[in-house]
Amino acid sequence: MTAIDFIALLPIIVVAATSIAVMIGVAVRRSHAASALTTMVGLAAAFLSLLPAAAAAPRQVTPLLTIDSYALFFMGLLIASSFVVAALMWPYLARQTGEQDEMYILLLVAALGAVVLAAASHFAAFFLGLELLSVPLYAMVAYRHTRREAVEAGLKYLILAGAASAFLLFGIALVYARLGTLSFDRMAQTLVGFTAGEFGILGPALALIAVGAGFKLAVAPFHMWTPDVYQGAPAPVTGFIATVSKGAVFAVVMRFLYATGASGFEAASVVVSVLAIASMVAGNLLALLQTNLKRLLAYSSIAHLGYALVALQAGGEMGATAAAFYLTAYFVTILGAFGIVGALSGEEEPERIADYRGMFWRRPLAAGVLTAMLLSLGGIPLTAGFLAKFYAVAAGASATLWALILVLVITSGIGIFYYLRVVVAIYATDTMAPPLPAISTGSGVVLGVLTAALLFLGTFPGPMLDLIRATVRLRG
Amino acid sequence: MILLWFIVILLAGGVAAWVAARWSATAARVISLVAVLLNLVLGVWLWARSRTAGGAWIEELDVPWVPQFGIHFHLAVDGLGLLLLLLTFFLGVLSVLASWSEITERVGFFHWNLMWILAGITSVFVAMDLFLFYFAWELMLVPMYFLIAIWGHENRTYAALKFFLFTQISGLLMLIAILGVYFLHYAQTGVYTFQYEQLLGTAMPPGMGALLMLGFFIAFAVKMPVFPFHTWLPDAHTEAPTAGSVILAGLMLKTGAYGLIRFVVPLFPEAANRFAPAAMLLGVVGILYGAILAFGQTDLKRLVAYTSVSHLGFVLLGIFAWNELALQGAVVTIICHGVSTGGLFVLVGALQERIHTREMARMGGLWETVPRLSGTAMVLALASLGLPGLGDFVGEFLVMLGTWEANRWMAVFAALGVLGATFYALRFVQRGFHGPNVHGWRLRDLRVREAAVVGSMIVVLLWLGLYPRPVLDTFAPASERLRQTAPIYVRR
Repeated sequence: MTAIDFIALLPIIVVAATSIAVMIGVAVRRSHAASALTTMVGLAAAFLSLLPAAAAAPRQVTPLLTIDSYALFFMGLLIASSFVVAALMWPYLARQTGEQDEMYILLLVAALGAVVLAAASHFAAFFLGLELLSVPLYAMVAYRHTRREAVEAGLKYLILAGAASAFLLFGIALVYARLGTLSFDRMAQTLVGFTAGEFGILGPALALIAVGAGFKLAVAPFHMWTPDVYQGAPAPVTGFIATVSKGAVFAVVMRFLYATGASGFEAASVVVSVLAIASMVAGNLLALLQTNLKRLLAYSSIAHLGYALVALQAGGEMGATAAAFYLTAYFVTILGAFGIVGALSGEEEPERIADYRGMFWRRPLAAGVLTAMLLSLGGIPLTAGFLAKFYAVAAGASATLWALILVLVITSGIGIFYYLRVVVAIYATDTMAPPLPAISTGSGVVLGVLTAALLFLGTFPGPMLDLIRATVRLRG
Repeated sequence: MILLWFIVILLAGGVAAWVAARWSATAARVISLVAVLLNLVLGVWLWARSRTAGGAWIEELDVPWVPQFGIHFHLAVDGLGLLLLLLTFFLGVLSVLASWSEITERVGFFHWNLMWILAGITSVFVAMDLFLFYFAWELMLVPMYFLIAIWGHENRTYAALKFFLFTQISGLLMLIAILGVYFLHYAQTGVYTFQYEQLLGTAMPPGMGALLMLGFFIAFAVKMPVFPFHTWLPDAHTEAPTAGSVILAGLMLKTGAYGLIRFVVPLFPEAANRFAPAAMLLGVVGILYGAILAFGQTDLKRLVAYTSVSHLGFVLLGIFAWNELALQGAVVTIICHGVSTGGLFVLVGALQERIHTREMARMGGLWETVPRLSGTAMVLALASLGLPGLGDFVGEFLVMLGTWEANRWMAVFAALGVLGATFYALRFVQRGFHGPNVHGWRLRDLRVREAAVVGSMIVVLLWLGLYPRPVLDTFAPASERLRQTAPIYVRR
């Protein structure tokens, strides 16, 4: 490894170093503020270190990691999201009883796993990153361990994620058995000239990988854990699972499909299409009757991954950029939505939709933010969600995926219904829920920034589109 | 630039009204009124100036917005758009006045919604980029949803949800169709653009063209509403507050008709030509069906709502007949229906404010206690049934003349609808205002403000009924151009 390799790896190194710094800090003296600040400063530094890393890119660092513009874009997205989660975590934990500092260490380690995934171009890195991301999450999910549902969620996540990892690992082993390599690029070279008859066990291998990755992405039919885990985890952690954890896996799956040329195989298209349709349909239908906002958002996030898969399936440059834009918009929106839930929490979280009844007339700003997020999830103009959905549909149309688009449109229509149910409650004038705790200044600033980003992406997407088009380039 | 000002004034007025309502509800009302009045004055000024304007558009603004997708912030207005803008601002002023005493709670947020709906509608009428058009199309929805869901009557949540879902899902179909046109155009020319004028000449493969046309048609048909997509309308109109009903009936339905004229036929001349008999049939069915159902209603607002289905049937008929007379008739009907139905909703709203019901059974004999209200209601009902001398007559007469040229039988059945209108309009007047005052109502007659609102509407209807030339002259060049874009649209 040369110096330039280290420069390329700087974002990963900074995140890792920050986690160690927080750990040592906690060993010396426990201070919630110090841990939170160190975490945020470290993540901000990691974000800034993308600049020198970009100067060194593209660079293959060890056979495992490729630091190219694609990796850097997703690293930036993931680090920024982790920063937002940390910023929301601070005021949230301040209102909870129990230990606080460990959460930041776990968060940083999980973020480290996520950035590794963004750069992974090798199955070993894929698996390492995935475990690095998953293991801290078990503890993060069960963080409010005095609550029954938190422990249940943690346990559920642990067992199912373990099983999914096993599937993934077995799939990887089968790929290795057939192709003799774990590197995406080498696979692409080996696969050139394969005819359908020669795939052999690659088909089952692909299916096993799809199960493992599908679990992490929480796409139907591997979504069963989502509502329980989303409900049991602390709201900022839920936001983290819904964004960083999913986004990192999405990034590596997209790279895998494009870089190995697997996206061109019919089997892969069928798998992605089926997962997309199942997620859009199941997510939206199951969300319809939820009375718990966190569960509703859980099902909604299943559906949204389905939409993103439509963009992914479209393939080509337009598909990749549309998927990346979709993830960006989705990150902003879902972080805002769970951020609001967290920011309005005291010792208990306002989980039920009923808790939000008439909220607009008491806390208009918070209600406005939540409304904006819900409308963005529903894909209403002026918000990022609208342009993202528009771009996804455009990508699908450019690849003539009419069936997928039709499902997308119909299920989005259904989706509007349950988002509006929440909006109806927020603006209800007849019965009102007891007032929720006030939002702290810190959360308010973060949520304000997220809302501004939401509206900016929805009205002036140009700069972000330029960035994505310049960075998210993959052949395939 | 003036087109941008129209939108900005409304958006800013809405925000200002919301903020001002913290201190004074009246301030919010005044600010909204001033904003819309300013637009009305600017609009009339633009109209006065327009007669000397040459070129395709009277006024235009075109700046790149999202160049990556070929999206432009392109606003432009021709005679058609200008007339609809004037209607928007006129009804906008009246709906602010009509809610002056009706809305007493959450006044600031109400006016924010009102102004933003008007801004959305304004943008729809001036957007000449299909993406921007869709953007504006969707933008009208959310504030209207709030307007119904928060300030509506008994069954408001259901009505608001139904309204939103119908329009949203049909809107998504339109989005697919817009993208279809976008990619077709790209495949033919290698240029990504949403610009209306550039997309106009896109050659449509027959099957694809028909599908894309239907995507647009359904979105506009739901909004208009065309039978059988009308079921959201009676609920939404009935449950909405007065201003909401006025805007829904007077303006929002017209965005559907506008879309048909501006987009469906010009973009898909061949497909629209083949589809025309079916569309005209739907128009005739709507005319008769709306009239029959209106006759059967006991809720006054529902009755007026169903008359909209009937009148908009004439508009649909006129659009798909697509000759000079029929199009003139469609546009005059659009304007006059907006004014006369808007007026009826204002009166029904004023009545409900006084007697707290919309049931006709609870009325009767109101003439002796509220003569001014009853008299104006009769004039508007007569306008609605198509009495010569009032605007609606001109529009429907021209539509039938034009339809006669295009398809005789359609004209014959459409004429039956006029007969139906006589029944429901007279029943409305008779059951509501004539006869003995059996319930012994003692009510306050129209206040000056209300009388001014309804009076100005009657003046406009009289003007359009007696001297529609200015409107027809303004529309003529636009009509000429539109018909040139769909030249193969021939008589059959």
